[in-house]
Amino acid sequence: MSVQDFALAAEVAARRRWGVTAALLALVVLLLVLSLGIGPVRLSPLAVIEALFGGGSDVAQVIVREIRLPRTILAFAIGGILGLSGAALQGLLRNPLASPSLFGAPQSAAFGAVLVIALGLADVRSYALPVVAIIAAFGSVFALLAIAGRNAGLLILILAGLAISSFAGAATALVMNLSSNPFVVLEIAFWLLGSLEDRSVQHVALALPFIIAGAAVLLSQANAFRALTLGEEAAQSLGVDVGRLRLLVITGVALGVGGAVAVTGTIGFIGLVAPHLMRPLIGHDPARLLVPSALTGSALLLAADIAVRIIPSTSDIKVGVLTSIIGVPFFLYLIMRERRALGGGVA
Amino acid sequence: MTLLSATALNASLGSRKVLHDVSLSLEAGHLAALVGPNGAGKTTLLRALAGLIPSDGEVRIAGDALASLQLRERAKRFAYLPQGHMVHWPLPARDIVALGRYPHGATDPARLSPRDIEAVLRAMQAVDVIEFSDRRVTELSGGERSRVALARVLAVEAPVILADEPTASLDPRHQIDVMQKLRNVADTGVLVIVVTHDLGLAARFADHVLVLSDGRLAAQGAPDEALSENVLANVFRISAYRAEFQREAVIVPWADV
Repeated sequence: MSVQDFALAAEVAARRRWGVTAALLALVVLLLVLSLGIGPVRLSPLAVIEALFGGGSDVAQVIVREIRLPRTILAFAIGGILGLSGAALQGLLRNPLASPSLFGAPQSAAFGAVLVIALGLADVRSYALPVVAIIAAFGSVFALLAIAGRNAGLLILILAGLAISSFAGAATALVMNLSSNPFVVLEIAFWLLGSLEDRSVQHVALALPFIIAGAAVLLSQANAFRALTLGEEAAQSLGVDVGRLRLLVITGVALGVGGAVAVTGTIGFIGLVAPHLMRPLIGHDPARLLVPSALTGSALLLAADIAVRIIPSTSDIKVGVLTSIIGVPFFLYLIMRERRALGGGVA
Repeated sequence: MTLLSATALNASLGSRKVLHDVSLSLEAGHLAALVGPNGAGKTTLLRALAGLIPSDGEVRIAGDALASLQLRERAKRFAYLPQGHMVHWPLPARDIVALGRYPHGATDPARLSPRDIEAVLRAMQAVDVIEFSDRRVTELSGGERSRVALARVLAVEAPVILADEPTASLDPRHQIDVMQKLRNVADTGVLVIVVTHDLGLAARFADHVLVLSDGRLAAQGAPDEALSENVLANVFRISAYRAEFQREAVIVPWADV
């Protein structure tokens, strides 16, 4: 094999991956336009684009730009960061069942946010909510990785994740239990279900900086995930500072998930599902999976958020409920597929 | 000429002290076999030499103190092959071997410079894995996978190779093949340190044998000195049948039962 052959084979594979990514991008754009058009007043894609760029009727402009745009931006950004976080955690832990929601990160972030709401400190212009949610998410992922230790097997990770999400759930329940104001309890309950309804530009401003920062941190570590394919020791021998990498990934996930949960409540399982959908198309290289998983996450959440607006029901279905209803059976399917690894215990 | 030296090396795993005052000095172009009973600290010594775990004492590589080198610089000087040839994702063999260029800044196998590609191809040719360059490592047999792992280590083109039980779980033919490949690499001027439990392979292929016992160097030197009757009896609690076959040393461990 010559140098040219080798380079050519790499280029062919790269071109195919770019094709998949471009197709995903097109799908996301299509869903963005659909999401802006769907609601009590249906707008055609052309009308949406016109309104978006300042044309069309005033009513259409208000609907698209002020009511639906924030919601759509959030669905895009939050779906993206959840997909990216899932792919990053799977890369870090070399484990296809790793994801923020199985590790209790959104649940912990939700606890932090609930605490802020119950204490009456929440305000759409205040950064208290996202900051506390991020701190709680950081604490949970940090605790999980500390408990699981280096080279942890599937079983330990999942058990530790279960313990942490149960604890976060119990702590949230305690806050609701102790809260004397029934309106606050109701607000918390609705918000815990996870929803993108009635989100404003302020919400976007609240979440987006953290999501972008988290995404930047995770994407910057792409190549280190590839080296980790060989295990932590070998990766370290190749020059990857594994301890630093862990801390960066925890930080990135916490920033992204905490920021997301702070404005929408818990939306689960997108981080678990997205990388799995991409592996058959992109391959298993954990570095190359990051961007496609983020786009898939965006597409999934946009689609789910469109679905909750289309599905006829007497009261609104919350998007977080929908993603969990679809995500949990998928999780069960993955457990079935990974049965051998799980049965093997701490290997 | 001394390439790698360690002076009064001490290392602990948790609260347990694993290495006690290990001092050694090894030359370029040598194949050194590191032997010792289970739990003697062989893997720990390898990790300490590569700077993968903290240790007291001094390691010097080509005149530089290991502690003064950045992670990236260490990675260029030590190619480390961990036990078990672990690969966590089913990547094509070429991508795995290309990871050997990571310390040189080639972190993406799709964007290697011609120089990096040449190094990867050289490594793949040396251990004869070009034919499965596009196959997923997880689909290869144990023997094939061990060669891909070896190619990855060779692709670093480091002056020192540290291999932790590269022959474990291989059939006899593949064990001999792997040792012969490492011997060839050593003959090009690289210092190769191999952890092995096979005293026969050590005696046949090594220039230098290090015998580790309870974290201390019990003996070191040419194979026939380091693997003397006394050392085998005291360290391994065995005797050995010794012979010569085709002008190579043969050791067959023996214990009365």
